[in-house]
Amino acid sequence: MDFSYSQEQKMLRESADKFANKGYGFERYKSTLELPGHCDSTLWSQMAELGWLGLPLPEEAGGLGGSALDVSQICEPLGSGMVLEPYIASAVLPGRLLSLCEADTDLLGELAGGEAQFAVAWAEPDSREDPACCTTRAQADGDGYVLSGHKQCVLNAPNATTLIVSARTSGGDHDADGISLFAIDPQSAGLALRPYPVMGGGYAADIRIDQLRVGADAMIGSAGNGFAPLDAALDHATAAACAQALGAMNALLERTREYLRMRKQFDKPIGSFQVLQHRLVDMFIEVEQSRSMVMMSSVRVESAEPAVRRRAVSAAKAYLGQASKFVAQQAVQLHGGIGVTEELDVGHYFRQLSAFGSLYGSREYHLRRFAATPSE
Amino acid sequence: MNLDFSPEDQAFRAEVRAWMRDNVPQQVGPSIGIPSHKETQFAWERKLGAKGWLAYTWPKEYGGPGWTATQQYIFDTERALAGAPPCGPFGLSMLGPVLMRYGNEAQKQRYLPPIARGEEFWCQGYSEPGAGSDLASLKTRAVREEDHYIVNGQKIWTTQAHWADFIFCLVRTNPDGPKQQGISFLLIDMATPGIEIRPITTIDGHHHLNEVFLTDVRVPVENLVGEEGEGWTIAKYLLTHERTSIAGVADSYYQLGRLHEAVADDPVLSQDPVVTRRLATLEVDLMALEYTNLRTLDRVAKGQPPGSESSGLKIKGTELQQAISEAQMELGGLGALPWLTAAEDVHTVFAGATQRYNFLRASSIYGGTNEIQKNVLAKLLQL
Repeated sequence: MDFSYSQEQKMLRESADKFANKGYGFERYKSTLELPGHCDSTLWSQMAELGWLGLPLPEEAGGLGGSALDVSQICEPLGSGMVLEPYIASAVLPGRLLSLCEADTDLLGELAGGEAQFAVAWAEPDSREDPACCTTRAQADGDGYVLSGHKQCVLNAPNATTLIVSARTSGGDHDADGISLFAIDPQSAGLALRPYPVMGGGYAADIRIDQLRVGADAMIGSAGNGFAPLDAALDHATAAACAQALGAMNALLERTREYLRMRKQFDKPIGSFQVLQHRLVDMFIEVEQSRSMVMMSSVRVESAEPAVRRRAVSAAKAYLGQASKFVAQQAVQLHGGIGVTEELDVGHYFRQLSAFGSLYGSREYHLRRFAATPSE
Repeated sequence: MNLDFSPEDQAFRAEVRAWMRDNVPQQVGPSIGIPSHKETQFAWERKLGAKGWLAYTWPKEYGGPGWTATQQYIFDTERALAGAPPCGPFGLSMLGPVLMRYGNEAQKQRYLPPIARGEEFWCQGYSEPGAGSDLASLKTRAVREEDHYIVNGQKIWTTQAHWADFIFCLVRTNPDGPKQQGISFLLIDMATPGIEIRPITTIDGHHHLNEVFLTDVRVPVENLVGEEGEGWTIAKYLLTHERTSIAGVADSYYQLGRLHEAVADDPVLSQDPVVTRRLATLEVDLMALEYTNLRTLDRVAKGQPPGSESSGLKIKGTELQQAISEAQMELGGLGALPWLTAAEDVHTVFAGATQRYNFLRASSIYGGTNEIQKNVLAKLLQL
């Protein structure tokens, strides 16, 4: 057993920390919110140059063959530095998905190089976060397919040059079998995007698919077998999102600690009051427990055994889903009035962590999934 | 990073597991998770002692097996998962490390081997009626008269004093100056004239705790550990002495496992999504605690001091023990109500749950209340 990070992982983290916290910060975050799609293309190219976009991709596709633990070392600083560029939605999730489907290397090359942006459309209004629940249908038609359906809150869809869409080629609405994946140009006729900003930053879109015709070559992987790679890739994205949330939680802990030491009332630092001390201690404990869960899930998400992977990731997301809300709520409370304004970064971390709670499966979803997955 | 035990450690685990399977007597099972029947508990401890596994955290030279920190963790885990109660901690995890660090050679030779064999049982004389969380304000006096200390005072909440052969005591040897500086650490034979034990029955209905009255108790000066006035330093060493089992992770897994089985056997509870969610929540919380504990173990195994992550282990660990026992009691419904019933009934999870729930209220109080733990952590956070 060994909980330490490798030298390479420490270097990754250091470089991400420099990028996110020294070069980025709150001012940059606010200016990025003014940009279309909440994404700065200069920074995106920089991420490509640093090799981060290709980090989750296999080496034969021009990637670095990085592990989930490697990715977590990028994501945690991105979270503490409030970086809005869609690293998980446009690199980790589609990167893992395309790799698991052994998709053609051109797509992967574009991803690694930063020329392309991706979005994975899997959630639907009635799917309650379960990727097996897919009512979008793809009917075989000549040498291609015709897709119809409705996808909800597709992260980064407004920026994407390629959409990866799950659609059912066989089976019932809730069957894991029968789901296929398609790479689709978002400009295609038959696609209607309704874009909107998401709480905490970033853009998403709801997508109406109406009689969208694609060629057989649009299919990624084999027909009907899309669930397994989608489920695994989503677990990778979820583990990465947990690492990113941990970064934000830790930033809030640090800011709140500093505030308690600096802010004076009744002629003394408010951190001298025991009720506030204990509250900060509770935040600290939740951050440490969350860190353990991020380490655990970043390692176990690589398991070849789907049950081990699912339980690990669902446990982590369920835990952080609650812990992140606790830390964020206490940070706002302990900052008092200034905590509920948009002037301070604390409120923005708060929004980001609130959004994290609902992204990649809520606590309720993951508790259900955890309980439904046998342990041995 | 690698979260799996090495092949050697896994082989060790298999060995311990097999031994536990063959040797944990049925009646030792943790009806409430702590030793409550003297003869069965002592027999169990002596059995471990004969195997050389009782003082499992000790080096070989003092009668322990000389295991690594990881092996100690694995042993304690397998002990818990086999349904055996933890062994009395006073000699093994408290006095033992103190004597190894501060005791003289004669004290080590005299006191350590019988502890490791399970032949002599100790209790801890720390708290007093006026000295709980503010332990340093203790008043029990020890006045030197030639080659003896004359001890007068009262100790309270003394776990298993009525089983013990000896008590290690914090006593005041100097009433002047800062209160922390006048404290000394004394070893006292419970058979000494002037010691009176009065039982305290706790809300689980059992007698674990006692008041210990000391009246003109004559203690030979060679029973002083360390220097006169060094008692507070020793007490702090004892309290901070790293115990990677402080969170009680394996015991909680065992209790949660029993609850899982009981729920699975119940036609109504097993179909109730609210119950399923409650069990899942407890298990997820336990995983977070387990991996935090393992991070600490990893550091200790590498010879590093425990990290700040370890500071919350006692708080979270006891909260979770309490939450699991509460779930056992509540899900047991009327089946949890039989009180102090025959041993065979107590061994069903629901029948023993009420006592466990009651007993475990103490877990967030003993060993430094969880509120005191938070004060300590607040200092680490520089508030």
